[in-house]
Amino acid sequence: MTHRESRRQTLYMYLFIAPWLIGFLVFALYPILSSLYYSFTDYDIIHPPKYVGLANYTEMFQDDLFWKSVVVTVRYTFISVPIQLLLALGFALLLNTKIPFRGFFRTAMYFPSMVSGVAMSLLWYWIFNPSIGLFNYVLSWFGISGPSWLMSPDYALYALMIMSFWTVGSGMILFLAGLMSVPASLVEAAKLDGAGRFRIFLNVTLPMISPVLLFQLIMGVIDSFQVFTQAYVMTQGGPNYSTWFYVYNLYTSAFKEYRAGYSSALAWVLLIVVMLFTALIMKFSNRYVHYEGGGRK
Amino acid sequence: MRTIPTASPSASPSTNKRRRKIDVVSIASFIALVVTTFLMLLPLFFMVSTSLKSKKELLKFPPTFLPDSWEWSNYKEIFETLNFGQMYMNSLIIGTLTVVGTLLSSALAAYGFARYRGKGSNLWFMLMLSTMMLPYPAIMIPQFILFSKLNWIDTFLPLIVPAFFGSAYNIFLLRQFFSTLPDELFDAGRMDGCSELRMWWRIALPLSGPALATVAIFAFIYSWNDLLTPVLYLSSSDKFTLPVGMSSFTSSRFRIPPWHLLMVASVLAMLPIVTLFAIAQKRFVEGIVLTGIK
Repeated sequence: MTHRESRRQTLYMYLFIAPWLIGFLVFALYPILSSLYYSFTDYDIIHPPKYVGLANYTEMFQDDLFWKSVVVTVRYTFISVPIQLLLALGFALLLNTKIPFRGFFRTAMYFPSMVSGVAMSLLWYWIFNPSIGLFNYVLSWFGISGPSWLMSPDYALYALMIMSFWTVGSGMILFLAGLMSVPASLVEAAKLDGAGRFRIFLNVTLPMISPVLLFQLIMGVIDSFQVFTQAYVMTQGGPNYSTWFYVYNLYTSAFKEYRAGYSSALAWVLLIVVMLFTALIMKFSNRYVHYEGGGRK
Repeated sequence: MRTIPTASPSASPSTNKRRRKIDVVSIASFIALVVTTFLMLLPLFFMVSTSLKSKKELLKFPPTFLPDSWEWSNYKEIFETLNFGQMYMNSLIIGTLTVVGTLLSSALAAYGFARYRGKGSNLWFMLMLSTMMLPYPAIMIPQFILFSKLNWIDTFLPLIVPAFFGSAYNIFLLRQFFSTLPDELFDAGRMDGCSELRMWWRIALPLSGPALATVAIFAFIYSWNDLLTPVLYLSSSDKFTLPVGMSSFTSSRFRIPPWHLLMVASVLAMLPIVTLFAIAQKRFVEGIVLTGIK
């Protein structure tokens, strides 16, 4: 490439990416850095920020509500994300076979994922109604008398987990896409070698779809660290803070208590945790995730 | 291509036996599917049927699966009592403009990353990818302060303007797509004296239908369903989007929320998404394949 040509390339590259670049600086880089700065200040948004050093961070770690929100969020993530992935993968495996009405089942499974977060929250709020709701009625068919779900500090978080399983259809579609790209020749070869159903799944299918699995694991964890809609619409963090999710805590301290400094400290801790988790999962995956062609991405 | 042929034309006794074993598994999985699909569809069915019930019937236990009397007037009532039409319009306007902004800016940046190897392009590309992991709550407070300094609070601007500056996920998806377009096309365009921008508009974009459709659908769905951003910025009820308005029904104003009307709202809120899905079903799944893995 001549000098002239490379300058031309650089010029056009920057011209085309200019909108994104400006957006990156204004809507991502500047907010991240200023939120780092705010996190060391006392700031109510109206008066100018006042530097307080690490006070916000030390306060956070002594704050019961902070720890409550961490426990709620981590519990929700560690229970619901693995079950969601298992369900999604299970349905995808079932629907990747030559089963009758396959198209109908695929669409039906995906359908709930088209209900928006708020509509879904409202619907399930109504379904979980302890006395006249659908959920306990269906349980009563099996002789179970259900708890009062969202009204009960012991069960509210589980209710939200159950609700999250309703939208495994979108994950299922991703797995289906992954399964369809597994070369039939590999499966055939394993079959000729006398491998059974389970062995084929373990030694052929699973390694081939591991990138999809990894992708969904990362996204699932990141998403559930950021649960907000359910807490806002269905429980307002209650009862007795049993659904006091991290981002709900962050939102409340910033926009209900006007403590932007403290809230920025919360935001930075979230950012660091998300980055750590992503890095951890990526590192772990280098050993176990197979990418086509043998190379790593 | 996607399934393995189950039986060869000359099935020997042993493969016959194997087939029967598979059939038992298939029947079991079929039954499992029927049961779970029933359970998955039940809440949706309940949503639609509740939307057609009378206020009195809501309080019946056990809940009725089909309405005793079909109150189609609920669908009229919601537009008359809850400012629903306005909210619906607001969401449509914001969603449409978000799609336009996302398509233009993301396609521009994606083209820049795909077709030019300039100084620093790798660095910017890596930075762009890293913003995909950036949680919105981590940046929302300074953004809020920024937009309030610009006097954009209680306007649609904070919900629309950022879309015109590209979003990482969509840029990445489109870049992957643009990279597959053959160089010869653009060489030919250059010979004909096409400007670079014109080649983007006349060559790259028209060839990217499925990828652009995917980006458009995702951008629309995201904007249509988003609650957190509009909750932060919109305060007067005539500016509410659908999610904000609907979530406000459960709070103070109504002691007992009008559940039948809320279910009407939920059904109607689902409508554009279902329509999009129905129109672009094949594209949609292809797009998910495109975005999901590579």
